[in-house]
Amino acid sequence: MLRGYGRAANNVGRVLMKRRTLGLASAGMALSAPALAQGGPIEIQFWHGLAQPLGGLLEAISAEFNQKQQRFRIVPSFRGGYPETMVAAIAAFRAGTAPHIVQMFEVGTGTMMAAGRAIKPVHELLSETGVSIDFDDYLPAVKGYYSLSDGRMMGMPFNSSTAIMFYNKDAFRRAGLNPDVAPATWAELREAALKLKASGHQMPFTSAWPTWCQIEQFSAIHNMPLASLDNGFGGLGTQLQINNPRMTQQLAMLMEMGREGGFRWGGRDSAGDGVFASGQAAIVHASSGARARFLREVPGGAANVGAAMLPYHPDVQGAPYNSIIGGAAFWAMNRGPNARRSADENRGIAEFFAHLASTDVAAKWHTDTGFLPVTKKAFEQVRASGFYTQNPGADIPIQQLLRGGGQMTGNTRGIRLGGFVEIRVIMQEEMERALQGQQTAEAALNNTVTRGNVVLRNFERANRG
Amino acid sequence: MSQSAIFKGVVVPYLLLAPQLLVTAVFFFWPAAQAIWQSLLREDAFGLNSDFVWFENFVEVLTDPTWLDAALRTALFSVSVATLALGSALFLAVQADRNIRGATTYKTLLIWPYAVAPAVAAVLWLFMFHPNIGVFGRALNALGITWDYRLNGAQAMTLVIFASAWKQVSYNFIFFLAGLQAIPKSVLEAAAIDGASPRYRFWTVVFPLLSPTAFFLLVVNLTYAFFETFGVIHSLTQGGPGKSTETLIYRAYSDGVMNLNLGTSAAQSVILMLLVIALTFVQFRFVERRVHY
Repeated sequence: MLRGYGRAANNVGRVLMKRRTLGLASAGMALSAPALAQGGPIEIQFWHGLAQPLGGLLEAISAEFNQKQQRFRIVPSFRGGYPETMVAAIAAFRAGTAPHIVQMFEVGTGTMMAAGRAIKPVHELLSETGVSIDFDDYLPAVKGYYSLSDGRMMGMPFNSSTAIMFYNKDAFRRAGLNPDVAPATWAELREAALKLKASGHQMPFTSAWPTWCQIEQFSAIHNMPLASLDNGFGGLGTQLQINNPRMTQQLAMLMEMGREGGFRWGGRDSAGDGVFASGQAAIVHASSGARARFLREVPGGAANVGAAMLPYHPDVQGAPYNSIIGGAAFWAMNRGPNARRSADENRGIAEFFAHLASTDVAAKWHTDTGFLPVTKKAFEQVRASGFYTQNPGADIPIQQLLRGGGQMTGNTRGIRLGGFVEIRVIMQEEMERALQGQQTAEAALNNTVTRGNVVLRNFERANRG
Repeated sequence: MSQSAIFKGVVVPYLLLAPQLLVTAVFFFWPAAQAIWQSLLREDAFGLNSDFVWFENFVEVLTDPTWLDAALRTALFSVSVATLALGSALFLAVQADRNIRGATTYKTLLIWPYAVAPAVAAVLWLFMFHPNIGVFGRALNALGITWDYRLNGAQAMTLVIFASAWKQVSYNFIFFLAGLQAIPKSVLEAAAIDGASPRYRFWTVVFPLLSPTAFFLLVVNLTYAFFETFGVIHSLTQGGPGKSTETLIYRAYSDGVMNLNLGTSAAQSVILMLLVIALTFVQFRFVERRVHY
């Protein structure tokens, strides 16, 4: 009986062994399949945060890359807005299922730079795979934003934008303003807003991305620091510095413009785009990337949409300086805390990045959307094609980035703060409380600095070393 | 009469309990334990650096004036939502309990909003009260009343209270109506014969008999206002303007999910968990005993 039992156990053992070898074999096949690329191309997951129509244009670029070669297949997927995409990618990384490429808005740059082994820096990716991208051809403002101080690229710049001013020409005509001349200074803007209001306009001037346009861009254009250590480029020990007299005066002026009916709050984030697109707002400060939408949606179409540079205060020494970029870049990510990518996967990512860097792709993206031509070659190609003469205003963002002689200062290179998403919300909250009359401009900016510095210190502590 | 004699041994009872225990463990105890563990840590967003900091996160949360503001605001918000939702549901249920024409249609229509998801409810309210695109929002502005909940904290709070309460009225309505129908007609008739007016009958007979339902609903409504109004707030105001509609649950979300401060967010969740435990305790310990069933 004992022997019988032993034989039975032995049989069971053999069956199990057979199962296990089978299991191992199939697991081995599953592992080697993508490497051999027999079962189809290697999939590269790509998460982005662009809604339609921009998302569709981006996916078309992926499709083009997939057609051009057979070895890799980019699988783009829309993950909600920029903040949602960022959060989703970070959560996925913690769970070991991060996408190969994630689109990250400029506010997340500081977080990504400090992300250690969560990201695969672009310079590493290129040197390991032997793919080359000429980053010297990128616009300095764009390149500087995503590189280390020694010039090595960390992220892959793609849809960079800057904030500019759009205005509704019909509204200008009705208010007796010249539709071909946009207000260049804040004094002129304020006067124009009053005239628009007098002509019965309900929403003369509003702003999308209020903190980006009214605080961050304003600081850069007037060469004022947003934060110490060159807006955070110099290290994690940075402190907010927006409670300076000039910024206080500016916020107070916005509040006054609100009281006199010239400035109307358009809502958080991109909400201001909507009121300009529907024709309700006459002037908006918005991302240059909103151009595609405005041309399509504003009543009266392209002929009715004017574009101009952001206004400035001529009494500020040296103003206007260049504005800074926004928009988003692509980051290569590792799969999880303890999982690296295969050489093949990295190769696919690098080749896709090289595709994005090609002059044709960059130029087409620029003309289709209003985002910046990120490379000088793309800019030249578009200029040579006569696009800017046919589409007046389309080159405003580039001109504005080169304003002030193209010589960037520590205040105009960009912003690199950890926890910047949270800091922006803080700025927004304090601004909202000021605009609804609950606190003075001074209190709003002081509170922002106090609360924002707490965020910066926490980030420094969590990411030291 | 011993009940435990039915099953011999311990295996079968535990086997029978296993599915329920497993669900509870996986979906309740495990996440709760994780939240407690996380609340004692400080981490970067990607979870690559981790520090054990004891109760520092709790100290930070409890000494943060903006968190204490949010706590007060949540109390105000919850009481308002519960009062509004219970009051109007009771009123409607009393009306529906009468013999009126089309009572069935009326009841069905009242129950519908419960099937609407919070985010969808918020979008409906947005389409009504948005200052630029909302029907009522535009009408208010046309009448000369400056209506802009995006920049007026009090208006924003009013809007989220109404939208949240509206969503809960149907649920309360069903329970109140069932409660009303369970009251024996004979009691009411006796009171009527004794000369009690309808109003007097309601407050002395109907309302006390409804009290178990009302107390149950009070707890449910408070919990709802605390935890389930997230969708409404997120879609309508995102906690703004300023922080004027930021409740504790919204705060825990924005700190944890948007700002990626998992430690302080977990600490906030643990505090909320203690609050719910306290609320449940109060319900079972005091309310259930005192309320007449």
